[in-house]
Amino acid sequence: MFSVLQGVCDPAVVALVAALVIGCAGIPGLFLRSPGPGQMFATCTTILASLAGLPAALILLFSPVTTTFILDWGLPFGPCELAIDPLSAFFLLPIFIVAAAGSLFALGYWPAKEHRATERGLTFFYGILAASMAILVTARNGAFFLMVWEIMALSAYFLLVTEHEREDVRRAGTVYLIATHTGSAALYVLFSLLAAQSGSFLLPAAGSLSALPPLAMMIAMATFIGFGAKAGIMPLHIWLPSAHANAPSHVSAMMSGVMLKMGLYGIFRTLTFFHDPPLIWGMVLTVAGISSALLGIAFAVAQRDMKRLLACSSIENIGIITTGLGVAMLGISSHNAPLAYLGMAGSLLHILNHSFFKPLLFLGSGAIIHAAGTREMNLMGGLAKGMPRSALLFLIGSVAICGIPPLNGFVSEFLLYFGFFSQIQASSLVYLVLLAPLLALVGGLAVVAFTKLYSSVFLGTPRSPGAAHPHEAGFAMLCPMGLFTLLCLLVGLLPQQALRLVAPALQSFMPQVAAVVNPAEYAFVLGRISLMVLTLVLIVVAVTLLWWWRVGRSRVTSAPTWGCGYQRGTARMQYVGTSFSELAVSVFNGIIRQRVKRPVLSGLFPGSSHCADKPSETLLERIIAPLFSLAGVSFAFLRRLQHGQMHVYMIYIFATLFILMLWAH
Amino acid sequence: MITLADQFLVLVLLINFVALGTSRLIFSIRAVAAQGVILGILPALIHPFSWHLVGIILMILVTKGFVIPLLLNRAVRSAEIKREVEPFLGYVPTLLMGAVFTALSFAFAGKLPLLPEHQNYMFVPASMATLMTGFLVLTTRRKAISQVIGYLVLENGIFIFGLLLAEALPVMVEAGALLDLLVGTFVMGIVINHISREFSSLDTSRLTSLKEE
Repeated sequence: MFSVLQGVCDPAVVALVAALVIGCAGIPGLFLRSPGPGQMFATCTTILASLAGLPAALILLFSPVTTTFILDWGLPFGPCELAIDPLSAFFLLPIFIVAAAGSLFALGYWPAKEHRATERGLTFFYGILAASMAILVTARNGAFFLMVWEIMALSAYFLLVTEHEREDVRRAGTVYLIATHTGSAALYVLFSLLAAQSGSFLLPAAGSLSALPPLAMMIAMATFIGFGAKAGIMPLHIWLPSAHANAPSHVSAMMSGVMLKMGLYGIFRTLTFFHDPPLIWGMVLTVAGISSALLGIAFAVAQRDMKRLLACSSIENIGIITTGLGVAMLGISSHNAPLAYLGMAGSLLHILNHSFFKPLLFLGSGAIIHAAGTREMNLMGGLAKGMPRSALLFLIGSVAICGIPPLNGFVSEFLLYFGFFSQIQASSLVYLVLLAPLLALVGGLAVVAFTKLYSSVFLGTPRSPGAAHPHEAGFAMLCPMGLFTLLCLLVGLLPQQALRLVAPALQSFMPQVAAVVNPAEYAFVLGRISLMVLTLVLIVVAVTLLWWWRVGRSRVTSAPTWGCGYQRGTARMQYVGTSFSELAVSVFNGIIRQRVKRPVLSGLFPGSSHCADKPSETLLERIIAPLFSLAGVSFAFLRRLQHGQMHVYMIYIFATLFILMLWAH
Repeated sequence: MITLADQFLVLVLLINFVALGTSRLIFSIRAVAAQGVILGILPALIHPFSWHLVGIILMILVTKGFVIPLLLNRAVRSAEIKREVEPFLGYVPTLLMGAVFTALSFAFAGKLPLLPEHQNYMFVPASMATLMTGFLVLTTRRKAISQVIGYLVLENGIFIFGLLLAEALPVMVEAGALLDLLVGTFVMGIVINHISREFSSLDTSRLTSLKEE
């Protein structure tokens, strides 16, 4: 009896069962006639399962023993092992949080009553996506990993094409499908190579492989391409902006907040297999990371579509995480324990932080789309008046993502800066110091991008009739946003506690480093930050209260923004987002190639004219699309073989048979 | 008994030429049915008696000699066509090509590294020749029903080859092969039905309009 109870209460079992329950949550809705109950059931189930899975994941994170399960699956790929070590448990945290929050958000954002045709599939695949990611991080068999990976990729595709009657959605889906399967192809190579080296499809134990032979280089390359394509590291990011922009908002939150991290998890996991990684791995990761961060945010600045901007900023954040990981690998290779510790801690913490503020912003964008009916920033304006709560939450998310002190984005970036500057007096790797100004530039551009986003959406006066009468989001939408805001504040206020959360995963990733470094030293520094942040928050609260008090005492009149008493002001006189960001974009014009159609003005009294801009997807439009059409043209002759004449098809077979017979002679 | 089997195989080869040379669909269906019946008798001549063998023979006779011809006859009647006019290649050239292919398959079979007990018999060359004939019918005829006939002849060729292994084949495999044939015919029947409904003719060359541009 006792053992049964213990078996049920085992946190690993709880976490796995929670994952499976989330996966099944959408099934009843598929068979229910009336819309509504199915979605409600799925949301309740998902939230309850997450509430069970979250503490389980936390216990597992701090538990010294790793529970291992062996699935008896009868397939010829060796035993199918599932295990939850601290690294897996760490990645389980955002999965459960974002899954529950997004599911609640869907009640308000995609209500079954208004979206009868699509809601069932959406709810079903949403659960499948969350469950597949939770199981993915526990998989320890290469073949099983690939299967779950494929389920994840496909369910994300079905979520993405929810509004498949729109042409651009279908196009985004196709690009995503091609990109993800290119990545999967690299993963097949990766797991075959790993199986060749270790002799079975079971993933090798930590530190069991040597990084020296040329095979390891191949493994590293396949890892970078396969997992990098999912994570959206720079040259492999092409699918990301359009996919995130066209999915329903809570799905974008899930994809950006969690699914991209699965790519990173793959990279982390594969790197644990090797002891003594060569210096070049860290360099590649660092360079790819910092260039993703810089270019990602540069693209974000140029966007007009709110969700595209957020998607590009995801590329930036993934870049920052990858930079941290690269720096950590450099630290391991050069036996510089503090550098490795700081890089890894910053990277892991940023993973957690990004999965708090990015879903917050994507959910916020969903609320905005509901209110304004468009994703186009240049058509909005003045929404803060109609939806003050959403505006406040969105503002906090924007501050957090820019890495500005009182919030969590600052903490993880601070650890990275700390790591870079720790190299000033070092004998080797001095050039890492140069990363600090680059990261600062990224942060600055992020401020530009999010100022553009926030000001053109929430401030000023409405630029189109659609945005003129916004309505505040309902409870189901505000509640998850509030939860993420709270988490952002919490990590910002108590960074030393967040560092404790990261420590076990770090320990399992590089035990030799964790043994040398004294985390208390850094926790102390973060404690100072915590004090500073607390002071800052108190000042902000005090100023706000003071302002309220002042406003409450005097008479308040409301007028259009920048009205200044002028009666005939028009919303078209405002700056739009594009004009705000024009200077910043022009600096990067070589890469971004923003196409602006400028009006031609002639004469003393020029007639009415208009100006349009379109940011281009440089890599996709300039390099990859031409390559694809080149391939299409050069293989056009093959299409002539497929002409629809049945008997000629028969002749093909006949001729093949005949040639084989002649050849046998 | 083996010499008798060889004589039956000669009959099979002759029926091949009937299938190649006739334009009347009913007649070629009957010819292929006769070929199937002969092939059904053949295992009885070359293998010792067993109930397993009896079962297989009965199944072959019923399927090839009765069920499939019935299905095809019904298709011909409902489609209201009697003849294959305007094949892609005329009847005389196809007959000549059939002769060439038959000769070639004898030449080819002579070169194959066969077991000594199979070398002096006609099983392998007859099988090749029938297979080639099936292909010829498939590639040169226009009507969907002729193509089903071609498929049946092709299948018969494969069956002759399988006779060499009949003792080794378990009953399940043979039953499976027969079922395969029956299902294949059914599928083709459905295809025929759809072609005639969609294009109001059984001309498979019209299928090119299905091609994706």
